[in-house]
Amino acid sequence: METKMIRLTILGGLAATAIAAAAIVVSAPVSAQGPAPAGGFYDLSGEYAPRYHEDQPERIPGPEIADYLGLPISEAARVHGDSWNASILTLPEHQCKPHPADYAPRGPANLRIWKELDTASQRLIAFHTHISWQAPERTIWMDGRPHPPEYAAHTWQGFSTGRFEGDILTVTTTHLKLGWIRRNGIPRSDLATLTEHYYRHGDVLTLVSIINDPVYLTESFIRTTNWVADPRQQIAPYPCDAVVEIDRPQGVVPHHLPGTNSFIPEFGTKHGIPIEATRGGAETQYPEYQLKLQSMPKPQK
Amino acid sequence: MRGFGLGVWFVLTVVGAVVATGVTPKARAQQNQAPAPADLRVMPVQGSVYMIVGAGGNIALQIGDEGVLLVDTGLAQNADKVVDAIRKLTDKPIRYIINTHVHADHTGGNEAIGTLGSRVAGGNVGAGAGVGAGIIAHENVLNRMSAPTGEQAAAPFSAWPTDTYFTKKKELHVNGEAIIIEHQPAAHTDGDSFVHFRKSDVVSAGDIFMTTTFPILDAQRAGGINGIVAALNRLIDITIPKEKQEAGTYVIPGHGRLCDEADVVEYRDMVTIVRDRIEDLVKKGRTLAQVKAARPTIDYDGRYGATTGFWTTEMFIDAVYNDLSKKK
Repeated sequence: METKMIRLTILGGLAATAIAAAAIVVSAPVSAQGPAPAGGFYDLSGEYAPRYHEDQPERIPGPEIADYLGLPISEAARVHGDSWNASILTLPEHQCKPHPADYAPRGPANLRIWKELDTASQRLIAFHTHISWQAPERTIWMDGRPHPPEYAAHTWQGFSTGRFEGDILTVTTTHLKLGWIRRNGIPRSDLATLTEHYYRHGDVLTLVSIINDPVYLTESFIRTTNWVADPRQQIAPYPCDAVVEIDRPQGVVPHHLPGTNSFIPEFGTKHGIPIEATRGGAETQYPEYQLKLQSMPKPQK
Repeated sequence: MRGFGLGVWFVLTVVGAVVATGVTPKARAQQNQAPAPADLRVMPVQGSVYMIVGAGGNIALQIGDEGVLLVDTGLAQNADKVVDAIRKLTDKPIRYIINTHVHADHTGGNEAIGTLGSRVAGGNVGAGAGVGAGIIAHENVLNRMSAPTGEQAAAPFSAWPTDTYFTKKKELHVNGEAIIIEHQPAAHTDGDSFVHFRKSDVVSAGDIFMTTTFPILDAQRAGGINGIVAALNRLIDITIPKEKQEAGTYVIPGHGRLCDEADVVEYRDMVTIVRDRIEDLVKKGRTLAQVKAARPTIDYDGRYGATTGFWTTEMFIDAVYNDLSKKK
């Protein structure tokens, strides 16, 4: 079962890579991308129900502590993950954070897409999206406007511009707040850029997302996510009020000091996966790594 | 669209002359971190507050019926550019300057900009009271800029604060808005202030909070890591997000981009975690060399670290180690 899990992860990565390659992975410049054509664009508007078959253990029950397998992370990201303590999410100032643009499609992610047209010209101005968990809404500008200057505020959803490449909507996002690659303390910095390709095939909507992060990734991180059109879908509201869950002295930030996180070997030990593999890194996302795995010692349960 | 800062940004290009004044060696060091004189950028933040970028430290600008209030004035050589930027927005008189702290990249324009201003005065106020803008700062800023009679002051007389406070806070009401100036002890320096525009819902944080580097502890001016952590926690108290931990109160950092509470929280988390790591090693009796070898900032180096320039990662670790190693 453990080997199967690794294989699934690697196959998932392969599939993502292959699809991404097929979907024109050329990143758009972070500047004006030219106005959308007056007509003839592929209208992605609709209600979409998520499909979690891909990476389900990570996306729905949530990742296990110190499972960095298959992530092209830097040493900095690994150290950040090792010191991360889930209790930090009990701090009131952390409770109502939505998933950022790059992670929102991975969580409970019922999706709505709608378009905004200029009344007079009927030109496409923007697409908007709404996702169920924490109700983040995005605007993907299609009117050729440039990205904001460096000193403008960053937001959870960032600043997105899009263009069509055939029927594929390619979106470039900058100005993201510090976010997360995986919900176990693997961060994504606010210097990262996100490139996305949305496309329909029948009732299925596929998103290929590519994160480039000079701080916490050593290679581009590519994921695919799927939805199925669901015109009857109704997304419930998602309000959030922060409360004091644990009475602590002001300024306490839960974290593990270096060398004190006893949970790090738990994932590998539980599933019989070599601990070295659980530490992630670009190498662990490629199929050749399976050969290397065979020669690595497995931890005793 | 959510996120005011992204929605309404615009750029004003300002071309101006360069003004140079004498500065102390420390002030020169502060100046070294600023880029070469360049065009300034002005961005509306919220309410009646704007942010001027590129003059040295970030400047907050409040404009209203009574006139102009500035928080910090940038480097001396960029003062004319700052004035040009203001004049593109309003012809109202410059009434007040508030300094968040003493460093020359935040007070360098006091003299040139302040003398162009005119504080509100009249009635039985003495002659000359309305000449020049009022310059407000914590008392320790005045102490650092001035000198006893007969000694060389760090800054020219006309750059000194005209109104100081030594209590926890000072209150103003300018341009129809309550403004709270709140001292943050022993943080970046011993004279730091937050300036909170209550109606506009904007805080100018000075160099206690920067998005460009690890915190700078000016140990010569009694700055300290625990003061910075306490001040960042206070900033989180002051700020209130609008929805889903975003927008609401905006924060103008001393250097770097416009922020909100969530950005302050991430910075506070980083500073606290690094402080805790170094403190743990100090308590275990580790030497400075051993602390550096443990790389206590490794997960943040790619974002806030530097190996060259005005404030390197090594200097930050030195400063925190020395601060936490002091006999209490």
